[in-house]
Amino acid sequence: MSNATASSTTDPGTDTTNVADRDKARRWREGGSEPLLRVRDLRVTFQRQGAEPFEAVQGVSFDVHPGQTVGLVGESGCGKSVTSLAIMGLLPERGNKVSGTVDYEGTNLLELSDQQMRDKRGKDIAMVFQDPLSSLNPVIPIGLQVTEVLERHRGMSRKAATPVARELLDRVGIPDPDRRLRDYPHQLSGGMRQRALIAIALACQPRLLIADEPTTALDVTIQAQILALLKELVEETGTALVMITHDLGVVAGLCDEVNVLYGGRIVERGDRHDLFAQPRHPYTNGLLASIPRMDAPRGQRLVPIPGSVSDNLPWTSACAFAPRCSQPIEVCTQKMPELEEHHQRALRCFNPVEVSR
Amino acid sequence: MLRFIVRRLVQMVGVLVVLSLLLFLWLRSLPGGTVSAILGERATPQSRAAMEAQFGLDQPIWVQYGKFVGRVLQGDFGPSTSVLPGTDALTIFFQRLPATIELSFFAMLIAIALGIPLGYFAARRRASLLDNASVIFSLVGIAIPVFFLAFLLKYVFAIKLGWLPVSGRQSGDVDATRVTGFFVIDGLITREFDASWDALKHLVLPSIALASIPFAVIFRITRASVLDVLDEDYIRTAESKGLTNRVIRGRHILRNAMLPVTTTIGLQIGALLAGAVLTERVFSFGGLGEALALSFERRDYPVLQVLILAAAAIYVLVNLLVDIMYAVIDPRVRTR
Repeated sequence: MSNATASSTTDPGTDTTNVADRDKARRWREGGSEPLLRVRDLRVTFQRQGAEPFEAVQGVSFDVHPGQTVGLVGESGCGKSVTSLAIMGLLPERGNKVSGTVDYEGTNLLELSDQQMRDKRGKDIAMVFQDPLSSLNPVIPIGLQVTEVLERHRGMSRKAATPVARELLDRVGIPDPDRRLRDYPHQLSGGMRQRALIAIALACQPRLLIADEPTTALDVTIQAQILALLKELVEETGTALVMITHDLGVVAGLCDEVNVLYGGRIVERGDRHDLFAQPRHPYTNGLLASIPRMDAPRGQRLVPIPGSVSDNLPWTSACAFAPRCSQPIEVCTQKMPELEEHHQRALRCFNPVEVSR
Repeated sequence: MLRFIVRRLVQMVGVLVVLSLLLFLWLRSLPGGTVSAILGERATPQSRAAMEAQFGLDQPIWVQYGKFVGRVLQGDFGPSTSVLPGTDALTIFFQRLPATIELSFFAMLIAIALGIPLGYFAARRRASLLDNASVIFSLVGIAIPVFFLAFLLKYVFAIKLGWLPVSGRQSGDVDATRVTGFFVIDGLITREFDASWDALKHLVLPSIALASIPFAVIFRITRASVLDVLDEDYIRTAESKGLTNRVIRGRHILRNAMLPVTTTIGLQIGALLAGAVLTERVFSFGGLGEALALSFERRDYPVLQVLILAAAAIYVLVNLLVDIMYAVIDPRVRTR
C-alpha cells in the first residue's frame, strides 16, 4: 500500500474537481455561475387508501450553486425533509407522487431509473441524517459502513478502502480511528456517531451534500462542534450543502442563502445577512423573535408564534399562515400570495413586515 | 463468553434435577401403570404383586426415586419394562436418536429454506399477491393439525399416487449396511447410493408434515421482522449511499432481521419432538417420537424418563446455542 495514494484520495482539498468547485464557489459569491442543483416546482403528494391525498411539498423551487450553502428552514411538517428525500429519490416506492424537476448538472434526477439513481447517491449527492444512532447499522462495524461506499462507487477492494476510511474518520475528528473502525455504533458517543455519518457521506467527495437536521439529536456543545466541522469541510472541499433545519441559529452561522418554508411552500428567500437583518415575512420575523438572545434586556419575554401547523389554511385559496399571522389583512384569507422576486430576495406575502431599523 | 456458557450448563443440570423429580412423581401418579399395561385388566392380585416387586414398584416412592437417581448418576436408566422388555432404556434412546435427528434436520431445512426467503419477499412486496398468498399459506400451515396433515400427505402421495413410500425409513428390499444410524449418510459412506436415495424418499412426506408448523412460524416472524427493519433509519442511510440491492438485502436488512428469527428457530427446534411424536407415529418412522408414544401407552417408566429428560436437555442446549448465535450476530449483546 502506498501512503501517497491513500492520502491523495482522502484529502479532498487536493482533488481537482473540488478545486474547480471551490473556484466556482468563489465565482458564485461574486455572482454568476451555473447552478449545480436546480429544483423547479417540486411537488410531493402522499396518497393513502381511504384518506385525502396530502400535498406535503407544493411547488418548491430553488437553486444550489457549486460550493454554496443553502438553508431550508421551517417547523416540523413544513415539507423540508420530504423535499430532501425527493431530491435523493429516497421516498417510499409506493403511496406518493413526485412532480416537477430536480436538475443536477443538467440531468433531471426524477427521471432516472432506480439503478441510475443508485449510481449517483453516495457518489455525487450524499446525505447526513438526523439521528446518528438509528441512522447507523447497529450490527456492523463503523469501518465497514465507511468502506462499503468506497467499494461501491470507487471500485476499491475492502483492503484498499480501509486506510482511506481511517483517514476519513481522522479527518472528521474521530480520535483513535484505527480502533473506531472496528467499533460498533453503540460503542461511540453521539457526537462521534454524527462525525462517522459525515465521514460516510463525504467518503466519495460528493459535489452536493444534504444535511437533514444533523444536529437536532445532539447536545448543544456537540451541536456547535458538528456545525463547525460541516462548515470547515464544505469550505475546504467546495462541496455544496443543503442544510435542512428548524433552527435559525444553525442557519445564521452556516448558510449563504436561506429558504423559509411554510406549509410546503417557500414563503421567503434571501441572503443570510439580509434575511436576518430585515425579515419581511411575518413568519420569518416570528421565527427570529422566538429565538432567545443574549443581548436582549433582562426579563424580556420570548415571543412565540401562536397556534400550530394544524391551523393552516389551504394555500389554494388563502395564505396558509394567515391564521397564525401577527398582521393579517383581508386579502390574506381570500387568495394565495405569489412568490415575488426582487433584488435577490423572494417573498410570498400581501402585508410584509415594514422595513425599518 | 466462556463463563456465560459454563453458567448456562450448570443451570441446565439444575433444570434436569428438578425435572427428573417432577417427572418421576408425575409418571407414577398417572392412572393405570406399568403392571396394568402389561398384564391387562384381568390379572390376579398375586401376579400383579409379583410384577410390582420385580420392577421395584412396591417400594415407597422416595425410595424408588433415590434408587433411580443413584443409578442414573452411573449412566443407568434401567431396562425397558414393556416396549422392548429387558433392553436398556438408554440403548433404545441412542438407537432411535438418529432417525429423529435425520427427520428433524430435513424438516427444519424445509422450514428455514422456505420460511426465510418467503418471509423476506412477502415483506418487501407488502400487500402484493405473493404476500397475501403466503400469509394465507402459513396460516394453513399453523392451523392444520400435524397428524391430519401427515395422514393427508400419506394418503395422497403414498397410497393414491404411489409416488413415495408409505412408511418406515427404508424399503424392505433395500439391503443397506448400517454405520452411523443416519440412513442417508450411511448410504453415502458405504457408497450404496440407492440406499441413500431410498432413505431420502422415505423422509420426504414426514419432513413436510413435521415442517408445517416451524415453517409457518419462521415465515411470519421473518416477515414481521423484515417489515420492522425496513422502517429503520439505517436502511435509509444504506439507500442514501447508493449501495446495491444485494448488499442492502444481505448486510443491512437480513442481518438485522435475523435476530428474532434465530430465537424462533431455536424454540421451534426445541418443540420439534412434539410434532415428531405425531409424524413418526403416522409414518412408523422408528424414531424417538414413536418410542415416546409407545412407551407412554405402555407406561414404560424407564424409557419415558430417558426420552423426556433428553428432550429437556436438548431444549436447553438448543437455546444456549441460540444465545451464542445472538452474540455472534448482534455486537450489542456481546459487550453487555
